[in-house]
Order: sequence, then structure tokens, then C-alpha cells
Amino acid sequence: MANNILVFIEQRNGQIKKASYEAAKVASELAQKLNCGVHAILLGSAVADAANVGLYGINKVTFFQNENLLNYSSAYADIVSQYAAENNFNILILSNTSLGKDIAPKLAIKANAGIAVDCIDLKVDGEDIVLTRPVYAGKALIDVKITSENKVITLRPNVFNPGEVNGAPAEIETKPIAEVSDKCRAVEIKKAEGKIDVAEADIIVSGGRGLKAPENFKMIADLADLLGAAQGASRAAVDAGWRPHSEQVGQTGKTVSPSLYIAIGISGAIQHMAGMRSSKYIVAINKDKDAPIFQVADYGIAGDAFEVVPALIEEIKKVKSE
Amino acid sequence: MKIAVCVSHVPDTAAKIMVGADGKKIDSNGVAFVLNPYDEYAIEEALKLKEKTGGEVIAISVGGEANKESIRKALAMGIDSAVLLREDDDRDSSGIATALADEIKAQEIELVFFGKQSVDFDNSITGQLTAEILGYNCVSVAVAFSLEGNEITAEREIEGGREVIKTSLPAVITAQKGLNEPRYASLKGIMSAKKKVIEEKTAAPYIKNVELISMKKPASKQAGRILGSDASAVPELVNLLRTEAKVI
Repeated sequence: MANNILVFIEQRNGQIKKASYEAAKVASELAQKLNCGVHAILLGSAVADAANVGLYGINKVTFFQNENLLNYSSAYADIVSQYAAENNFNILILSNTSLGKDIAPKLAIKANAGIAVDCIDLKVDGEDIVLTRPVYAGKALIDVKITSENKVITLRPNVFNPGEVNGAPAEIETKPIAEVSDKCRAVEIKKAEGKIDVAEADIIVSGGRGLKAPENFKMIADLADLLGAAQGASRAAVDAGWRPHSEQVGQTGKTVSPSLYIAIGISGAIQHMAGMRSSKYIVAINKDKDAPIFQVADYGIAGDAFEVVPALIEEIKKVKSE
Repeated sequence: MKIAVCVSHVPDTAAKIMVGADGKKIDSNGVAFVLNPYDEYAIEEALKLKEKTGGEVIAISVGGEANKESIRKALAMGIDSAVLLREDDDRDSSGIATALADEIKAQEIELVFFGKQSVDFDNSITGQLTAEILGYNCVSVAVAFSLEGNEITAEREIEGGREVIKTSLPAVITAQKGLNEPRYASLKGIMSAKKKVIEEKTAAPYIKNVELISMKKPASKQAGRILGSDASAVPELVNLLRTEAKVI
């Protein structure tokens, strides 16, 4: 059977997620290499920017529309798998977001597909697609291939560059759905107070036990605000009750790969470094010059955070005003 | 009510991971294995529910002899009984889910807890796969859970917030840190765990759809520069971030 790729485009609150543009670009490039078709599927209530996926190489989007599809529910997997089966799509590509992680394995079972999740690289080798993914929180990498005809692949967000490939908006085919059966559904979204999530942030400012007390995280928040960054924390800071678990970076928290990761008062336990070592640039500020964090940091200041961070805030303010 | 908790046996998060001689799996020499940290939240939630509504909690694990160590820990925390689905080869998530679903179905268990991921392969899919094989509802990455009759209200962590989920039994719930505060095993629990029987069965066969080609260490990052030991290094740092890294 010829290959045929379907990329799942995710919206939250009617906005397409950046990670879905990354997936669209990867899917369109893979279609070129495999010399096969590629199509996008989107579910939602109303999605203003749906045509934008065309900028990433996808010409056609099928949009399943119903007001009850605004939020995620079990209906999503039913609709996507039925559409994929009816139209002979055998390769399904999604971003490994919280929604992607939940739906992808369900789609795999429905399609009898092998599944590889959280991939950070993908290469075509003859007939095979070789997928690279981190295991043990990035302490090792594995190459795998899916041997079944049907394949489900999810991509780690923030790793693939979604640079635009052509200027044409995608053609959108809207399919209204009469009724949504959702025996498992999100009835409400509770937003964390106006903050950027560490999993999606381009810059992260993280604090650890070296900050000594919860009130000292004010300067972490100040620096993060100044840089438009998300605020992160080490496990020690979370276990001490200083910061919420949603901010925890590391093996039992979130694995992140922002452009810039600033670690303040974090010594660099193995489990923390596993979660942030793939950041493009790492800055460490820590009193102990022998702390392991300096082994992965591009730039370090082996000094007192209580002195260095306020100076850093002032300096950034200064250069921003220039 | 009978509740199942699926548990796995994984390298401690503090362990250094080296690739074994076959280039396909880790060298487990000198690596300490523990009960998967997220499974502790799953166990705690099941025990809390049992304390409220009665019934029994059973642990199910897929693997070899070594898994018994983590199963004993689950029993020491208060799990009533355990089944080890024997498999001495490595199984991927789909293989593990197939074996678990087979046992859950045979025992007619309608509520199943998992840790949201095992901290070895980090797939974070075994719970969802199992739910889908069984045709159960599923809430993954749960940070809140309640059951009234057959009706479930749960919250799952998403980017920048939480989704409030309504669903019903039968269901699979995968536990995230923050769902509860797992208890420590008491001395009495540890003693009685030694007497509890771990029933052993052969894991149901499965179709392998994913082939592991190789495992390697990531390219090691070169240590960078320490620019100074006090605030006087800050202007250079900001300059480097702007001109060399171009990230601010």
C-alpha cells in the first residue's frame, strides 16, 4: 500500500499551537522524501488561523467543526481514526503535547499501528522511517523503526524548526459534525494565572534550593517577566513546597528544550540535568564553582545569586532601554 | 470494588545510565532499580479510595523476577495482593499494555491506576494503550480525582493549566505528581508484605510493531565558560547572550 500522511493540527481556544506548525512542516518534508500525499486534520469550534498550516507545506486541511469540539474529549480519537481509516492514511503525525500524548496511543490501538512518541529526529532509510527519541529522560537516545503498515508518530515540541516553506494559505474543507459523542470530556479549563508554561517556553528561568526561601523566588519571577520567560524550579524547590509541581524541570517533572535556560541556585542533580540538558543555551548562576551544573552550562557565574541576579536584572533593563 | 494498580520497576532517577555492550539496552551493572516514582501516586490514590469505599487493591506488573522488589514495596504500602505477568524479554509499551489488559479483563476490574509514565522509556502511553485495548475511559496525567457512584471527576495537567474531566467507570487513570502525597510503608506493612503471595502468570503474547535499532548516549555537551565569581561578570554575560547566543 502506498504511504499517505495525515498530520493532526491542535487548537486550544481556537488558536493553532506552534507545535502543530512544527508537525506540519515535518509531515510535509516527510511526504516529499517518501513521495506520497500529505493532508491535515483539525478539530474545533472555530479556528481563525487554520489556513496558516499552508505556510508550512500542507495544502489541504479537513476541519471537523462542532461547538462541542472546542475542548478535548474522547470524540477526538473517534473522529480522527475514522477519518484516517476511510481515507487510507497510514502515517499519522502529531505533536507530543499534553493532548498529543493522550490521543496518540488511542489512535494507535484503533488503527493497529505501531507507535513511537516524543521523537526528536526522523530520517528516511530506504522503505523505513528511522525515529530518534530520548529515553531515561535524555540520558540515552534510541533509534527505532515502526514495522507495521500503520504508524503513529509524535514529535517533541520545540525541537523541529517550523520555518515557513511556501506562502500559500491552505485550502480548508469544513465538515460540520451533527453530534459529538464524548463519554470522556473536558468540561472546563482552569488556567494557571497568566503564566507561560515551562513545556512551551522559549526562555526559562529556574530557581533551586540555593535561593534558600520561597520569598526569594520573587527575583526569579522578576527576571522571567523581564525576559518574557517561563518560571521553572528544581525538584528540591518543589519538594520543599516553595514552588508548584507544574514548574518542576527534571526527570520527575518536565523535560524542556528552550533556546535559553537560566539555572539559578541549582547545583545540577542528574535528574534535573536530564530534563534540561537539551536546551540550546544554558546559563548557570551558583555559588559553588564545582557544582555539576557548570559542566553543561555555556556561560556560568560562580557567585552569589542574591548579588548576581539583581545586577542581571538591572543590566538587561539597561540594554533593553538602549 | 476491586481496583488495580499497574506498577513498573525502573532505574532510580539518580542513576547514571550507560549503554550496554549490545548497543541496544542499558548496562544495568551497579544501577539501583526502584518502584517507578509516578506509580507511588497511583498506589496512594487506589489506597485512599479503598479506605473510603472498601474493596481490594491489586498490583499488576509485567516483567521478570526483579520486579518483585517493587511489587513488595507496593504491598508494603498497603496493596492487598499482586500478580506478576512473567516476561523475561524486554517488551515495549504495547506489549506491556496487551499483557495488562488481558489480566484486567480476566479479573473484571473496572478501575485501574497507572503512574503517568515509567521513568525508563518515558513513553507515557501504557495507561492510554491499556484503556483503549479494554475500551475503557481514560484520564491521563491526573492531578485530581474523585469517584461518586460510577461518575468520575478528574483534572489533568495541560500546558498552562488543567482540564476538568467528567467521565465514568470503567476507567483507567494515570497519576501525575501532585495528585496526592504518597504514604511511607509502615514497619507493620513491610512485615506483612513479606507474607503476601505474588501470583505468577505468563504474560499474554503480543504483536511487536516497533523495532529498537540502537541505543546511544547523547553527544556530551562541552562545559562552557565561567565568566566570573560576582556581579562584575554580568555585563559580559548579557553581551554574550545578545551577540554570541542571540537569545535575548
